[in-house]
This record gives sequence, structure tokens and C-alpha cells, in this order.
Amino acid sequence: MKPHTLSVLVENRAGVLSRVAGMFSRRGFNIESLAVGTCEEPNMSRITIVVNGDDGVIEQVMKQTNKLIDVIKVSDLTKRESVERELALIKVAAETGPVRAEILQIADIFRAQVVDVGSKTLVLQVTGDTEKIDALEKLLRQYGIKEFVRTGKIALLRGAKTVKSSK
Amino acid sequence: MKTGARTLIEALQREGVDTIFGYPGGVVLPIYDELYDSSIRHILVRHEQAAAHAADGYARASGRVGVCLATSGPGACNLVTGIATAYMDSIPVVALTGQVPTGLLGNDAFQESDITGITMPVTKHNYLVKDAADIDRVVQEAFYVARTGRPGPVLVDLPKDVSTGRVLEKTPVPETVSLRGYQPTYQGHVRQIDKALDLIAKAERPLVYAGGGVVLSGASAELLEFIETAAVPVTTTLMGLGAVPGDHPLNLGMLGMHGTQSANYAVTECDLLIAVGVRFDDRVTGKIETFAPNAAVIHIDIDPAEIGKNKVVDVPIVGDVRAVLQALLSRMQKRGDTTSWVSRINAWKAQYPLGYRDDDHLRPQYVVEQLSDLLKGEGIVVSEVGQNQMWTALYYCFKKPRTWITSGGLGTMGYGFPAAIGAHYARPDLPVVDIAGDGSFQMNIQELGTVAQYNIPVKVVILNNMYLGMVRQWQELFYDRRYSYTELPPVDFVKIANAYGVEGLMVDEKAGVREALETALGTDGPFVLDFRVEREENVFPMVPAGAAINEMIGVRQP
Repeated sequence: MKPHTLSVLVENRAGVLSRVAGMFSRRGFNIESLAVGTCEEPNMSRITIVVNGDDGVIEQVMKQTNKLIDVIKVSDLTKRESVERELALIKVAAETGPVRAEILQIADIFRAQVVDVGSKTLVLQVTGDTEKIDALEKLLRQYGIKEFVRTGKIALLRGAKTVKSSK
Repeated sequence: MKTGARTLIEALQREGVDTIFGYPGGVVLPIYDELYDSSIRHILVRHEQAAAHAADGYARASGRVGVCLATSGPGACNLVTGIATAYMDSIPVVALTGQVPTGLLGNDAFQESDITGITMPVTKHNYLVKDAADIDRVVQEAFYVARTGRPGPVLVDLPKDVSTGRVLEKTPVPETVSLRGYQPTYQGHVRQIDKALDLIAKAERPLVYAGGGVVLSGASAELLEFIETAAVPVTTTLMGLGAVPGDHPLNLGMLGMHGTQSANYAVTECDLLIAVGVRFDDRVTGKIETFAPNAAVIHIDIDPAEIGKNKVVDVPIVGDVRAVLQALLSRMQKRGDTTSWVSRINAWKAQYPLGYRDDDHLRPQYVVEQLSDLLKGEGIVVSEVGQNQMWTALYYCFKKPRTWITSGGLGTMGYGFPAAIGAHYARPDLPVVDIAGDGSFQMNIQELGTVAQYNIPVKVVILNNMYLGMVRQWQELFYDRRYSYTELPPVDFVKIANAYGVEGLMVDEKAGVREALETALGTDGPFVLDFRVEREENVFPMVPAGAAINEMIGVRQP
């Protein structure tokens, strides 16, 4: 059981997310993360879904997803070379000078950016793969994380290959 | 300019719709106003659920798309059971529903329900039309999606302002439908077909396990040719009955929970299972680990998601059953020697025939046998769900596809009577008989009003045991005969029929069965036959839940 990243090209229509998500919940497939947005084609959206399961489950997930009329193409990026990224915003307590300095140092190492500075808090923005964001969160926990939000994973194949719209 | 409702009717006519089963209401008034003088026949049912079942019965009997129509809110919600029934058995139905005006959507308006949301899990696809200009395209797509690939129900939700909206008189309609997200595979992969043929040539004990997909793809002739050419015995699922003549020497009858002994033994003993248009449903396989334990498996189905879903498959062939069988036949070079296997199967058939106690009592199996003898496979037989369904499956000899109509996947009580109404409009040339239980019949008994109003010659044969028989059977066998809420007090069905203006007859003696059936079949209009059968008769053979299918109870011992 390892997480698989699926790239799902769909018609950009009302209800399409609900069709995909509903099918997952109805069939008992577990979504680890989900990100959806427009893509290079004007009438399509790309949904990136991270789902857990053995090979048999993933095969069913892909087949059942493909069966939805509004789904144009499903690819499992896990088996291929791909870039995967998440984005997180972390509001961390930074009340004193020394703490602030430490946090900024950590942010620097992780190439995180400070996107808001308050008198008692800093908001860091970080992008990277799941492990990198997990690691930063773990390090910042000692200072007190006030709020934490992260996107679902998005991913693309490396090189010239694309997830095309021929089903 | 024309209205959206007018556009809808014209679009339906383009799809060849001749009959709609429906029930009017507030937001479909514009559509009903157009139907009033249209060439499309509208059958007014007494409950929307019956409209959906009738559309489904029409589709199963004809092979064409069935159409039902209901208003928003409660009307649409009442269709849901019928839509789910069609979905589970892959039946092409287009359900049209009214919706509150677009401006009120999401406002909890009077008679508003989110029917596209509600039916998402039980439709192949659905549409909420927000612009009258989309009606032509959506209707065309809906019919296309419903009848192609693996068929299924499609719902089209039409807000009132869309029905009253204006559309240009001469809007061009696309000639073909092209959906980039929907491209079913019809031709099987040649390499897979050759691999299958290799297995078939080598097999010593091959068996075909055929299901509803054979009926849906119209592949009966090809299947028959295949089993005869390759000399392979065949067993069918509940949905596959009639795909091969019931009296064909190579046919073992139904397999599974209430399958014949010879069919279930053959599955367990076979070395090659050729699964054709089936989905390895739990009612067929019993304990999946012990289903066809000695066999290599070839699975032919149009839906790739069915392949490998329940059972690991050696040779998957995605494609239309008919096209794949044709390819198998045209590429077949040699076949295995199945002589000793076939004689072994014939010995089982001789040793373990179906049977019941044939005494003076009025037993339900006898009624079904007599009906089978009278209709000779030439009529359409519809069933309800439960014991009546299983006795019909076992004791009626189906000879042709689309003459057996039953709710297999969902197991919907109350399905049969309205489905029989639909079947009549699809095949008015054939007698249509609904074999019912007293429980099931009472779930849509109000349709007596419909058959009376239009003089629909559907015959209802009630196997009346004053129980919810199948549940009672389970209580008898597995719950110490504690008949918890399964006894139904006697009902005078003849009086109820008469009150609607329908003829009826009560029979409580075996001697009266044949004559009563003849009387009903000889009557022009609808007829209700109330057979007071042996109350605690059971359906056997039976595979207890979770057991292997060769572990049957209520069977003949060797």
C-alpha cells in the first residue's frame, strides 16, 4: 500500500468534482489529497489525486474514474518520472527577536518565503514535495504553529511527455 | 422561435421515442402541454416509481431506450428506485425530470430537490439543462450515452424556465455525438482473442458462464454458435436466462445461490471458465475464493472496470460481447476434446434434476411449470423479487432473449408489474405475464389503475403464500423459524382487481391451475390470478451465504 498520484483530466463543467469525489467515497477509495484547477486546455480541468491502495485497488480506482463520462484521461504518475509539489502556508509564533531570527534561518534553509510579518507572528510560504513540507512543519512546531494550511499535491510528467486528452 | 418544451418533444421524436411513461406536475406543465397533441404516446402511471420501471421494462423487451417523465421534487425522487434498478442491470433508460426555475435553484423552493446530485451514484450520467439552446444536444447525448457501451440510465433535469425558454426554430442538430471522455471499446484485442482460443483449444473441461451482457449486445445467435462449434457447455446467470434456449442439451441452467446442482458442480470442476457479459456478482460466486477454483478464466465484457474487479482473470477481453464472439468464431482453428466432460455433465443433469414434491398440494413450482407449458417460451415473463423470481428462473423454460424481465442486481420488489406494462408497449404482439408474490405485488398494486385505464393485457400471476416468502425461508433456515414480521394477512386480490375494473380469479386447488391460466391468457384485457400456494414452500437448491457454490442445501444426494 503506497500512495499513488493520479493526474485526471476532466471536462471543466459544474459538478465534475462532485462526480469524481462521490465515486471515490461510494466505492470506499481513500483520497489522501486532492487539488483541482484549470489547465492548458480552455475547457478542461486537471485534478491531481493522491490515493492509497495496493495494485488491484489502484487499477479499480483508475478504471472507475475513467468510466465517468466527464473524465477525459487518467494517468498514474507514480510509475513515471514526474515533478510533484505542494504549497503550504504556516503561521508561526515569533514574539521575541532571537526566536524570529531562528525561524528566519530555518525558512532560509527550506527556501520558504516570509509572506506576512505581524508583531507576534510570521507567515511562511513553502513549496516542495510532501516530505519537505512535513519536515518544515515538524521543525517549526517547537515555536508554536498558530495556523497551518496546505494544498493538495499537484504533479506533471518530466520532459516532453504530457498527459494528453486522448482517452 | 419555439419553446424549450417543443424543442424537447422534437428531440425525443428524432430519437425515435414512441412511448413515454410519466406523471404530470407543476414544473412539467409546459412539457405536458406539448405532449397533449404530440404523436408520442404518454402512459399515465399511478406512481412515478412505476414510470421508471415501465420505461425499464420497455427497454428490456425491445432493446431500445425507455423513457420516463416526472415532475420536480417528490416526482423526481420517486423515480430513484427505478433508475437504480436500471443502473444495476445496465438498462438504457432516459429519465426526464422537471426542475424549479433556474433562478430558484438552491433556494429550497417548493418541490425542489437536487435530483442530479441524488442520482449521481445510480445513473451512467446526468444533466441539468440551464439553457434551452442546449436541449437538442443534451437529449441527443443522453440517448447516445444510455444505449451505447455498457448501457445504463441517464437523467435529464429541465428547469421550468428552460422548458418555457425560446429556441431558434431551425437550430442545426449535430449529426453524430462525440464525447472525448466517452469512447467505448467494441472490438476485442486480437492478441487476447488468440490467447483465449489457445486456452479453448487446450481445455478439457471448459464452461461458458453467460450473463445479461449477452442479451444486451444481442449476441444470442453468436453464443449458441460458439457453444455448439466448440462443444462447450453453458450456464447462465439470472440475467442471462433466455440467452441460450433453456432446453438446449448443452445448457445447464442457472448457476449461483439458487443455481442447479449440475451448473454449480460444473463451475467447481471446470478447467476453463469463459465468462461472457457477466460481473462475478456475489449471488453467483458465493465465496469468491472457491469459485471456479480449478479454472483459467477468460472474461469478455464491454466494461473494463468489471474485469478483475471480483476475480483475477487470465485473459481479459474488453469489447462488445457480440463482436468478440464473432471474432472468436472466425479465428477458431481447433477445439478441445470435450466429449468426456460433456458426458459427465449429462450424468449430473440426469442425476440431479430440479424437483419439488409433486403431490395434491398447490405448489408454486407447479404453477410456473404450467405457465411454461402454455406459453412455450413465446411470451414475455416478468417477475417480482424473492421466491417468485427464483421459482420462475428455475421452472420456466426461456427460449429466447428479451422474454425474461427481472430486477437482478438491485432486487427491487414491486418492479415486475410496472415493468410488465412497459414490456407490453414494447412488444404488443406477445402475451406478458408478471409472476408475483403477494408481498411484491402490493408494492406497486396501484398500477391496476393504469392497466384498467388503457386496457393493458398484462396478466398477474400471484404466488400467494401470505408471507414475504424469501425472507421467511431465511428465517426458517438460519433464524430458528422466528418469523419476525414476514407474515402478511390474507388479501382479497380479486376484489381489489375488480374494484379497479380488472378481472380476477382466486385458485386454491392444484386442479384449477391450468384452467385458470388458460382463462387469463385467453382474456383480452388485464387479469389477476391469485394462487393460494403451499405457504412454507422453499426455493431449493440453495447455497447459504458465504459458502462455496458446490455446498448446496436442499439438494438431491448422489
